[in-house]
Amino acid sequence: MAIEYLGLSSINEPLVVLEGVQDAFYDEIVEFVVDHKIHKMGRIVELDEDKAIIQVFEGTENMSLDNTHTKLTGRPMEVDVSPEMLGRTFNGIGEPIDGLGPITAADRRDINGLPLNPVKREYPRNYIRTGISAIDGLTTLIRGQKLPIFSGNGLPHDQLAAQIVKQASLGEGSDEEFAVVFGAMGVKHDVAEFFRRTFEESGVSDHVCMFLNLANDPVVERLITPKVALTVAEYLAFECNMHILVILTDMTSFAEAMREVSSSRGEIPSRKGYPGYLYSELATIYERAGIVEDSTGSVTQLPILTMPNDDITHPIPDLTGYITEGQVVLDRNLHGQAIYPPISILPSLSRLMKDGIGAGYTREDHQDLANQLFSAYAKVGEARNLASVIGEDELSPIDKQYLKFGEEFEKRYIGQGPKENRTILNTLDLGWELLGLLPKEELDRIDTKLVDKYYKKKEETDEEESES
Amino acid sequence: MNPINSHSREVRELTSEKTGKIYGINGPVIYLKGKNGFKMSEMVYVGKERLVGEVISLDKDLTTIQVYEETSGLRPGEEVTASGAAVSVTLAPGILNNIFDGIERPLERIAESGGAFITRGVSVDELDKEKLWDTHMTVGIGDLVHGGMIIAEVPETRAIVHKCMVPPDVEGKVISVVPDGQYTIKDTLITLELADGTLKELSMTQRWPIRVPRPVSERYPASVPLVTGQRILDTMFPIAKGGTAAIPGGFGTGKTMTQHQIAKWSDADIIIYIGCGERGNEMTQVLEEFSELVDPKSGNPLMDRTALIANTSNMPVAAREASIYTGLTLAEYYRDMGYDVAIMADSTSRWAEALRELSGRLEEMPAEEGFPAYLASRLSAFYERAGMMQTLNGATGSVSIIGAVSPQGGDFSEPVTQNTKRFVRCFWGLDKSLAYARHFPAIHWLSSYSEYLNDLSGWYSDHVSPKFVDYRNRLMAILNQESSLMEIVKLIGGDVLPDDQKLILEIARVIRLGFLQQNAFHKDDTCVSLEKQFKMMDVILYLYKKSRRLVAMGMPMSVLKAEGIYEKVIAIKYDVPNDNLQLLDLYKRDIDEFYDRVVEKNA
Repeated sequence: MAIEYLGLSSINEPLVVLEGVQDAFYDEIVEFVVDHKIHKMGRIVELDEDKAIIQVFEGTENMSLDNTHTKLTGRPMEVDVSPEMLGRTFNGIGEPIDGLGPITAADRRDINGLPLNPVKREYPRNYIRTGISAIDGLTTLIRGQKLPIFSGNGLPHDQLAAQIVKQASLGEGSDEEFAVVFGAMGVKHDVAEFFRRTFEESGVSDHVCMFLNLANDPVVERLITPKVALTVAEYLAFECNMHILVILTDMTSFAEAMREVSSSRGEIPSRKGYPGYLYSELATIYERAGIVEDSTGSVTQLPILTMPNDDITHPIPDLTGYITEGQVVLDRNLHGQAIYPPISILPSLSRLMKDGIGAGYTREDHQDLANQLFSAYAKVGEARNLASVIGEDELSPIDKQYLKFGEEFEKRYIGQGPKENRTILNTLDLGWELLGLLPKEELDRIDTKLVDKYYKKKEETDEEESES
Repeated sequence: MNPINSHSREVRELTSEKTGKIYGINGPVIYLKGKNGFKMSEMVYVGKERLVGEVISLDKDLTTIQVYEETSGLRPGEEVTASGAAVSVTLAPGILNNIFDGIERPLERIAESGGAFITRGVSVDELDKEKLWDTHMTVGIGDLVHGGMIIAEVPETRAIVHKCMVPPDVEGKVISVVPDGQYTIKDTLITLELADGTLKELSMTQRWPIRVPRPVSERYPASVPLVTGQRILDTMFPIAKGGTAAIPGGFGTGKTMTQHQIAKWSDADIIIYIGCGERGNEMTQVLEEFSELVDPKSGNPLMDRTALIANTSNMPVAAREASIYTGLTLAEYYRDMGYDVAIMADSTSRWAEALRELSGRLEEMPAEEGFPAYLASRLSAFYERAGMMQTLNGATGSVSIIGAVSPQGGDFSEPVTQNTKRFVRCFWGLDKSLAYARHFPAIHWLSSYSEYLNDLSGWYSDHVSPKFVDYRNRLMAILNQESSLMEIVKLIGGDVLPDDQKLILEIARVIRLGFLQQNAFHKDDTCVSLEKQFKMMDVILYLYKKSRRLVAMGMPMSVLKAEGIYEKVIAIKYDVPNDNLQLLDLYKRDIDEFYDRVVEKNA
């Protein structure tokens, strides 16, 4: 039995200091018993000989310098993993909160995980059809990718994520096992409820494992939640060979929690008060996506983050963008025009798209078509700027055509119903149909042969032109 | 600091093993109390698992060590052992066609011993010590050899002959030599009698501390371009062999793509690709792609001339800081053999952030944006290790450094970009709006520059055409005029411009789409010879000349555009295959016909 220490030398929410500790190790988990009844957990974040600085997960309320018993557990932060976790709900540190009792652990895993050796990674190439044109056509999601949604408060990022889960899980029609691991950090109760309900309604809730740290739950716990969720995801993917989609929301709360803890430790802040290791910390989370050789499972990450003040250069979205393989950016302006999903396509990007589309995956024209749509839509922006200065009537005919294209593109290509599930061929053909609004000479990103094959001027565009 | 070869290192380890006890642990930084005789920058083994670390500060009662591996699980009181040598890399055949972590441990070996995930305290040999290499000796008994001299040649890959050299600080007379044959990197190849009469055995292996530049005899000025096959680089902003370049750009602007393109197509002999704090999938991609792609020069897989250093963003931060130096030292070693080496460092910002992170843990006084005050001097020391050199054995070799910079928020005024700008001579600024419009490479022609242009103009006129630099300058002039005209267009629209200005806009469009934009996924466009680059410029300028004449005759631009000749010229990059450049000559005839047709119709 491990030694129990009585009392603490200082408490500074959310950290406590314990002196005279023996044989503690860095990153070890400790258990506290406050007043003989309240149980809490903590993690050693700094050691100076016999002085340990401990982060308390459940908050330091009720703790005093002499009512606390501390016990070293002799292990790092671990979580029980098991295939039965699907369909269950847990708190931010992996304890069941759905009243269905404890799970039978198949294994216990260190939540910090280990870096995946690049020589053992498999480069992701299979695309996931989400049924959303702006994503499938322009920022294709690839199995094993990490593709965050950059959003703002009040934008429908939750609906979008839920729609992706529903439609991606139903797609393919294959017998491969698909599951969702949902990690909520500091989200509002309503948001968690929304996801729970959506999963239930769409009949996927048996395949969902939820980790909830709500907005009023302890801040420190939030630092653990994504790691717990990913540990479970890795287990299900690489041991149980499932395809796992991990949704983490909201990464901004995670980073805020880090700043809070860092400043209470008196660390030297770098950008905007965030600790210098923000990049490394975010990377240890995001990099836990991918496919391992010799395993048929995969971990795909769809983190959601709300950009403070819609600012994409804020450290959180900025550092995230440098780690993740692209981003889907939501735009308030489109949202204001009641276009759903309000995906701002120009800053959105999928880095892995180029290798997962084209002949053999989607269709030969996909990449060129996407480039052309991006480029044409960039010109729409220029034409609109010009129109706002000199008025729409003064625009040259070609600029007017671009305005028309822009409007149709936003309404019909980006915009679609929250339940609308488009096939990839629908999406591609729609792209060509919209390009039909522009004269052929404007298509400068597409191989001439493909233009000849697919392009039809607007007047004569009719249905049916698929080819796989 | 003197290099310490493996032999004397082992001796020292046996005689005086210095140790200390862990006192405090804070992330990747650990502290020891009291004096222990450790040296600055010395490599140490930490704890029971023998994690690799480096001494980064010493004072009377506190030794600070940064650990290159995850520190969870370490306890105060565990032992720290000195290795006696600075953090060094092993240099011998087997480096190419290999992938290492930040401190030169081969990832393949780590995977063999630890599985798909990288565990801690893995002890693997840097290079294969068992493999037998075909060795051809190039010295004989009685020869006097000095540092840098080549003693043996080993075909390391199909593309590269590895030249085993005498370590830089050794000099003596050869008293025995093994015959040509198969040897491992540990086997003694020659025995030397040193000036003081002692004997010294040399094998293929050398060790060299990563933070110390390898010595050379002389530095040459830049005079030969590193040809990359990328039009915007070779023609517009060329880099010299032995030069330095920075590629700054926000996320998604194509830093990594540009680096990949250079690594694939440049005419360097050897590529050292350092993935410093970047994505794991990207390293996997490089590994896969380079093993399949064929080097156009030698016909061998690209991996045969490539070594990868992968320290992905989730690997320990201290090793990220070291990875840049590890790569640099490997590059210098091949330079000493007389090769042209190009380093891709992706990304130097991650390295700078690793410095910041460690500096924060050490509670140093931060300077701008939390970066340590020594950021600038570290960056300058890094880039100054590039250069075209005369090596100790009289050969000529070069190290070119191409560093990606990931500025925070895409803002070039941040400290890493600004300090890098001071020490590099080529600046390839990536632009977000170009990337948004999917104009790739998104290198902006107005904000980028190359100071090598004048140094290299002689080479271009001798090897490509005397008109090359003049043509290049004319294209730049048109692009600059376009930019000022666009100011007006933004205010009042393009329709009101006179026709000669409309023509400039049209030609600038041809240059942007047909010349600057380059499709990395198109088989003919991904790499373009200097000859084709020159001829493309020639056609574009010829078109400009003829069109200007038409406009001077009063022909409206709308008539000129209706002929479709501009689209035709834009499509040259796709329509003219690289092995059939004669087709380009037909374009001038087309332009002449276009000219005649317009004159005829509107006369």
